[in-house]
Amino acid sequence: MSQDFSLNPEIQDPAKATHEGKNKYIGLWFFLGGETVLFASLFATYLSLRNSTAGGPSSQDLFGLELVFVMTILLLTSSLTSVYAIYHMKNHDFKKMQLWFGITALLGLGFLGFEIYEFTHYITDYGFTFRSSAFGSAFYTLVGFHGGHVVFGLSWLIALMVRNAKRGLSLYNAPKYNTFAIYWHFIDVVWVFIFTVVYLMGMVS
Amino acid sequence: MSIASTQKKGFGAILWDYLTTVDHKKIGNMYLACGAFFFILGGIEALIIRIQLIKPENDFISAGLYNEMITMHGTTMIFFAAMPMLLGFMNAIMPLQIGARDVAFPFLNSLGFWLFFLGGILMNLSWFLGGAPDAGWTAYAPLSTQSPGHGMDFYVMGLQLSGAGTLMGGINFLVTIVTMRGPGMTYMRMPLFSWTTFIASILILFAFPAFTVALFLLQFDRMFGSAFFDIALGGNSIIWQHLFWIFGHPEVYILILPAFGIFSEIFATFSKKRLFGYTSMVFATFLIAFLGFMVWAHHMFTVGLGPVANSIFAVGTMAIAVPTGIKIFNWLATMWGGNIRMSASMLWALGFIPSFTIGGMTGVMLGASTADFQYHDTYFVIAHFHYVIVGGVVFGILAGLQYWWPKMFGKVLHEGMGKIAFWLFFIGFHLTFFIQHFLGLMGMPRRYWVFLENQGLDTGNLISTIGAFFMAAGSIVFVINIIYTHTKAEKATNDPWGSGRTLEWAISSPAPEYNFKQLPLVRGLDPYWIEKMDGNDKMTPAEPVNDIHMPNGSILPLVITIGFFIASLGFIYQVDNKAWLIVLFTGMVIAIGSMLIRSLKDDHGHHIHKEDLEKEAD
Repeated sequence: MSQDFSLNPEIQDPAKATHEGKNKYIGLWFFLGGETVLFASLFATYLSLRNSTAGGPSSQDLFGLELVFVMTILLLTSSLTSVYAIYHMKNHDFKKMQLWFGITALLGLGFLGFEIYEFTHYITDYGFTFRSSAFGSAFYTLVGFHGGHVVFGLSWLIALMVRNAKRGLSLYNAPKYNTFAIYWHFIDVVWVFIFTVVYLMGMVS
Repeated sequence: MSIASTQKKGFGAILWDYLTTVDHKKIGNMYLACGAFFFILGGIEALIIRIQLIKPENDFISAGLYNEMITMHGTTMIFFAAMPMLLGFMNAIMPLQIGARDVAFPFLNSLGFWLFFLGGILMNLSWFLGGAPDAGWTAYAPLSTQSPGHGMDFYVMGLQLSGAGTLMGGINFLVTIVTMRGPGMTYMRMPLFSWTTFIASILILFAFPAFTVALFLLQFDRMFGSAFFDIALGGNSIIWQHLFWIFGHPEVYILILPAFGIFSEIFATFSKKRLFGYTSMVFATFLIAFLGFMVWAHHMFTVGLGPVANSIFAVGTMAIAVPTGIKIFNWLATMWGGNIRMSASMLWALGFIPSFTIGGMTGVMLGASTADFQYHDTYFVIAHFHYVIVGGVVFGILAGLQYWWPKMFGKVLHEGMGKIAFWLFFIGFHLTFFIQHFLGLMGMPRRYWVFLENQGLDTGNLISTIGAFFMAAGSIVFVINIIYTHTKAEKATNDPWGSGRTLEWAISSPAPEYNFKQLPLVRGLDPYWIEKMDGNDKMTPAEPVNDIHMPNGSILPLVITIGFFIASLGFIYQVDNKAWLIVLFTGMVIAIGSMLIRSLKDDHGHHIHKEDLEKEAD
């Protein structure tokens, strides 16, 4: 005798209709509180080391805003498409939700591709590596931690989409999709700070 | 408990039960048992340190081994003894106090425990694998990046594992308290131990990630050649100190606040009075937690941050004495006019007040940034933090053991032996550490392997070492008491102290697997006391007897942790030989693979049926 996880039309928000769903929702918000401190510590480290180039290339030499602009657009758009996906989840429209989450995953993969290109470009064309200076260590660690979060988020999303592709939406898997979406927004917000603190401030100073 | 314990089980079945359990009470017991194991390890290390310092220019152990001893003593006691034992109480008691059947994330709870335990084991493996960490528990860079051998690598990976576990525990407790309080249990009716669990969990949530980052930076510098702390490549070793203390200062409040909670319960129970100033206690706890984040640089007064920064942090530090003072006076006022019973746990609580107050006073002295230049890195600091951590946290843990033992294990610890343990430990504690204030003021630096004779340090160090053996004797009596109790004592009643006030005393000792057959209706602060005063012998149920939903046990938390454990060994040894990268990847595949299984396999839990519940006594 297990709980009934099937949807019925009266449920407004399938992500928060069960006790477990509410727990996941609140737990994720607390987790993001901890993540904020994690990234704040990385930002602080980066800010104190961003001019420690040890004679190697500086941020003005390296960064190009065109590439970063495209990456920003990709990631911000992926956040928007995940909002559409959650909108369809609340309307119990599983197919459209999967579609928009699929677009989210593609945009995320695009972002990741550009990031890998960016890193290899710095390493091969400038000799700017993780080990070449304290600035290098701080840059790759901060941006790399963000990239790692994107990788984790994409794996999470793809696993969810494949697992539930044939099962449809239920009160059991809706909270999982919803927590992913909030996590994805958080990654997006962190990128906005990276865009500002690392790239914009790196270009002007 | 009762359903399971009616059938006799073999050793294998019991072991499997504990390896797979997601029951918060069993996890709490495991936290306590493993924490006690590490407490004994750390205690032996402390004795070795004191034996080395018993006389001038002693050569009991070598200088290198001494460095390993002080590092492992500090790290073990903070991360693997004190924190887990407090987390054990939080697990075992907090859900009972707030009228919950379980914690919010039972699986995560189990994962957190295993990460802590295998993290501690990993770090202690270093003793057998070429030497333990030796850069002090604070692991200041560049000492920690330059330390030869793999000792500091074990420090990094061991703490990374257990830190992740603690963070999971913190989030779990937060969500449990937010969403799972029983009917009528409003925030301002929560017992103070639950409140301090909540606030300590907030501290865990916001403090541990800073340490995670610090450990990552150290790990990258040591294992992958990055340059965070390498001055030649533009690095800055002060970053470590900031990140470490941004975590490290809240950490001491993570330790002391739950101990405050334990004492608050004990003072109220054994004074037969409602806790004086309950509301101000809650707000004082919040204030301590808030200020605790603002004062990390008082550990760095001598770094050279400048007079403005030093002054601000000095004022912030001294401000913490205000909410702490509020608490001290509230405890005194709780006892004022109360019907006091001198039980063993009450003795620990009484011993705590003067001991902790002395530690608090020296804290204010150390907070005076100009004077701190004199105290910095001397035995005065050692004396100060042992007064707050032993006099506060360890007393709290031992008091809590004495107080909650019947609720956790179903037997009342022998009171007489408990009192002997207290007196031996209390006298030994003051003998060990009081004299260290003066040793410090006379200029004895901390972490030195030997001291010279005829500098006025001989007698003080001898007294200090004698005191340490008294503390060891007290601890041994405590252990004998536990063994004696479990061979002789009768089964405890629901409310063995007779004056229990909070919900945990309204249910059987130990609590049944599902905690509450029917969730109780909470009508105010100290709900069980209210019912007793109204002539009821049990809580009024808030629901009819119904099927109870329970989570399924799982071996996956242990498998995930073993994966990370193997990967950690890979991280440590890939520096010597890249073939170890295979070990690293194997461990990661095991860990991430089991996480994927957990995510993809549906686990709806099971139900305990109404008919079975009705067969059981209350």
